[in-house]
Amino acid sequence: MQKTPSRMPAPRPTLASDRSQAWADALDKRDRAWGLDLAARLLVLLGGVSAILFIGAIFLFITTEGLEFMVNTMDLKALLFGTRWEPTVEPPEYGALPLIMGTVWITAVAMIIGVPLAFAAAVYVGEFARGRQREWLKIGIEVLAAIPSVVWGVIGLYVIKPLIEQTFGVPIGLNIFNAGIILGLMAAPIIATIAEDALKAVPESYREAAESLGATRWQVIWKVVLPHARPGLSAAVLLGVGRAFGETIAVLMASGHRLMIPGDVMDSAATLTATIAAELGEAAVGSDHYQVLFVLGLLLFLITFSVNLIADRIVRGRKAAQ
Amino acid sequence: MTSIDANSAQGERDDAPVFQATPNEHKARSVEQVLKLGFLAVTLLLLIPAAGILAVLVIKGAPGLSWEFLTTKPTDNGAAGGISTALVGTVWMTGVALLFSLPLGVTAAIYLSEYARDNWLTRTINIAIVNLAGVPSIVHALFGIGAFVYFLEFGKSVLAAGCTLAVMTLPVVIVSTRESLQAVPRAFRDACWNMGATRWQTIWRIVLPNSGSGILTGLILVVCRAVGETAPIMFTGAVFFRQFYPNGVFDKSMALSYHLFSVSTHVKGVPEHIPYTVALTLILVVLSMNAVAIYFRMKLRGRKKW
Repeated sequence: MQKTPSRMPAPRPTLASDRSQAWADALDKRDRAWGLDLAARLLVLLGGVSAILFIGAIFLFITTEGLEFMVNTMDLKALLFGTRWEPTVEPPEYGALPLIMGTVWITAVAMIIGVPLAFAAAVYVGEFARGRQREWLKIGIEVLAAIPSVVWGVIGLYVIKPLIEQTFGVPIGLNIFNAGIILGLMAAPIIATIAEDALKAVPESYREAAESLGATRWQVIWKVVLPHARPGLSAAVLLGVGRAFGETIAVLMASGHRLMIPGDVMDSAATLTATIAAELGEAAVGSDHYQVLFVLGLLLFLITFSVNLIADRIVRGRKAAQ
Repeated sequence: MTSIDANSAQGERDDAPVFQATPNEHKARSVEQVLKLGFLAVTLLLLIPAAGILAVLVIKGAPGLSWEFLTTKPTDNGAAGGISTALVGTVWMTGVALLFSLPLGVTAAIYLSEYARDNWLTRTINIAIVNLAGVPSIVHALFGIGAFVYFLEFGKSVLAAGCTLAVMTLPVVIVSTRESLQAVPRAFRDACWNMGATRWQTIWRIVLPNSGSGILTGLILVVCRAVGETAPIMFTGAVFFRQFYPNGVFDKSMALSYHLFSVSTHVKGVPEHIPYTVALTLILVVLSMNAVAIYFRMKLRGRKKW
């Protein structure tokens, strides 16, 4: 009681009941406000930490669902490099290489299609377009980003499939190329948005310096802006890869879902995500098949986690350098 | 000396006006013009598919879209009838998702924008948010099964599906709210603190009211995301076919996105227009929501004077 705050009534060294009365008086409006402040501080801290908790929980729950299989029966080498994924025949084979290769093929095709489009759009929207035109283009890109993945799947199934069959004369239009086009278009708005941010982050003074030396806009972009924005652009590509890689329903509908190692862009293929989505409903809860799907989920989680971490590192390293 | 050198170097251009462009500069200009058009063309190449998709959906789907289609129950596994139970189920799931992700996301954003210092905790939270946004939707589904369906024993239900969607959309709320909180000028806070207000009073009375539209934008984006996602709900609460409206949050339900998936892949004998019509409904919901978000953003940008 020696260090009594000045806003409290002077303490009288008397009975306990008296003292509690003094405390009650002391809890005036301002004290309540500060109490509320403390409570709010704790509450928002909890909210802030929730993102970490959820990431931890995702890891934990997926691991525990697949743990028994991982510990008892799983042979990691057979899972990663086995070439046959036949979970329903006896004895079942869980070789995920066809799924991994399918994922790699489709993601690669998606990036080959999506990255140039996205970078061109980012450069045009960020550096060339002005005023109203720029706003409209940005809205267009947002519309593209807003199309739900199941609608993309319908497009792949009903629009792109016959187009591919007619144009290339292949028997099945649901293949890597189809899924790649769709994923490329789905990832492009994300890559474009992040890439445009990276271009925007290049200080205006750099551009002005180059322009004052007589450089044209394009020379400024090519010689000054793009080299300076390179880390941000690579982060954009990485996040696009993460997006294409993790897409589920659209790929399931457009890839043809064939559980074999693909050898050509016109082959049908299956991805890790699509396989989980296709088989989880049929696998008996707790069975090996069910658990191996969770192991694939864990694999997906770990891969996207590292991709995101690397992208974050790149962006952060650059910010620290500035 | 130097002036003579410069003159001799310029040679025949002695009489040319000082500011006339050299052939080199002319070339650079035309290269720029060509490239500018090229970039515009590629950008449009990206946007044409978007327009094409909308056109296809409207042309093939619009004839089937009617008030009756939206309000009658589906029959025959979705091959006939309307989509009312799917529509209502989506509203339920999206509502549950909002109920959880909005408060949590806004508090997280308040922490990050108003309280967090640049330390390891803040960096970890930021990394967690980026990762949460990057986790594949099917992995969210696996998490939803493990955490909500079995561990918390919600069963396959609207609640479990909504919670899964809430976790998935949390980063969307956090990022958009944080942006709008940070757009409130520092001077507003300084002025408030100088009056003796607590940090929370400042946030509650000054910062939040000034960033309402940002929070609203976050809400709309959550709705867009939640309405469109299929993978996270297909194992946590959405069912293939059901002719009843959900009877509380512990009930299962149809959902629009999953319904679209099943009528376009699994169900036999679906008339050709039905997938298009369902897709058109879905995309109209999403795009009209987006339009509202864009409108708010533009209005805000026009009005803001600080």
